Amino acid sequence: MMRIVLPTHLWRLANSSREVEILVEDPVTIGAALDALEAQYPVLRGTIRDHVTKVRRPFIRFFACGEDLSHEPPETPLPEAVVTGVEPLRVVGAMAGG
Amino acid sequence: MSAVRVLVGTRKGAFVLTSDAVRKKWDISGPHFAGWEIYHIKGSPADPNRLYASQSSSWFGQVIHRSNDGGKTWEPVGNEFAYDGVPGTHQFYDGTQHPWEFTRVWYLEPSPTDPDTVYAGVEDAALFRTRDGGQTWQELPGLRSAKGHLWQPGAGGMCLHTILLDPRNPKRIYTAISAAGAFRSDDGGSTWKPVTRGLQSKYELPDPNAEVGHCVHNIAMHPSRPDVLFMQKHWDVMRSDDAGESWYEISGNLPTDFGFPIAVHAHEPETVYVVPIKSDSEHYPPEGKLRVYRSRSGGNEWEALTKGLPQSDCYVNVLRSAMAVDSLDSCGVYFGTTGGQVYASADSGDNWAPIVRDLPAVLSVEVQTLL
Repeated sequence: MMRIVLPTHLWRLANSSREVEILVEDPVTIGAALDALEAQYPVLRGTIRDHVTKVRRPFIRFFACGEDLSHEPPETPLPEAVVTGVEPLRVVGAMAGG
Repeated sequence: MSAVRVLVGTRKGAFVLTSDAVRKKWDISGPHFAGWEIYHIKGSPADPNRLYASQSSSWFGQVIHRSNDGGKTWEPVGNEFAYDGVPGTHQFYDGTQHPWEFTRVWYLEPSPTDPDTVYAGVEDAALFRTRDGGQTWQELPGLRSAKGHLWQPGAGGMCLHTILLDPRNPKRIYTAISAAGAFRSDDGGSTWKPVTRGLQSKYELPDPNAEVGHCVHNIAMHPSRPDVLFMQKHWDVMRSDDAGESWYEISGNLPTDFGFPIAVHAHEPETVYVVPIKSDSEHYPPEGKLRVYRSRSGGNEWEALTKGLPQSDCYVNVLRSAMAVDSLDSCGVYFGTTGGQVYASADSGDNWAPIVRDLPAVLSVEVQTLL
């Protein structure tokens, strides 16, 4: 099981805890992790990435193991520590404003 | 006993205000959906406990919730608003063509007869409909065929913000879009035409016969007389007596004919309310005095309603969806401000008092009269 940490608005929307556990089949990529997250919590469809194009929403960021993965393509494999559940994938609402 | 339920959408959540028919003591529930921008909440006339709410966020996009118990509990429903076919382009601020992009739902209009059918007005402007209680939404693409390539965004975005369903003719629907104009369908939403003859927007549209491009802010009708429409345009308060075929100005003695909302008294089809706002750039009440103006003659002669409203140092705005009326015997009138106040009058506007003073900026106000 891998772990995903959600921003407040989204874990409240999903009626989940801040950190959720999901099962992702190999290969564990950014896109596969988001597919599994949305399958487990369908209400999150459209809130992290576009319904159709699957493009990340502009103010959403993905962090893992101290790295910013936001601009990596969806087929990018996640770090081993995330795959094994040692570290979470963090879905973050970007700071924006003044 | 009769009661009223006021549904308030704000920049940071939704609030449900309830009272008995006296409308002096209010129970306030909320914030619901804390932190989300609530562009609109509206109840089904066919089932008053069925509510629909639009939540929007620059970070997380669009969410729609539905309540089956009058707003006590909510469940998320479908949030996919996919334009029909290849969306094409509309005119952008700089005159170039720009792809249609969904941003948010501005307005929800439930069917008068079916709690599961709701129309949604969205940005970039288009009309959607659900027939399954919000689970899925389909565009009515004929609207964008009404010269959509010439529509352009207003300052607040290119939003479809007004939907009126003709209570006598289920095939007739009106919509209003900033800054595209007013449109009517007579076949249940399949085909549309601009209904803008008589609107003048000489600073934005040099062509006096331009069918689209008018910045319509809001339209209201009285259910007993659906062919009579009242419009608050960017400038000018307008009236049509022929279902939008032609319009004439009724601004009369208003201190400024700019404003956002317009509403009609529940029992007097010739009694109309507006909130004049100083513009173009200030967007607050003239002289710092918050005044609702009422016409009892269908326009042109307006009286200022001030009792209970701040008459000095008031610099709030009242947005287009933030005024509504109830249908109790003594008609109640309600409006919310960008300063977070929701004001109510239980006597057609003669006297006002705040229900709440310190909410986030109010985006929308709707009222349900519960019998």
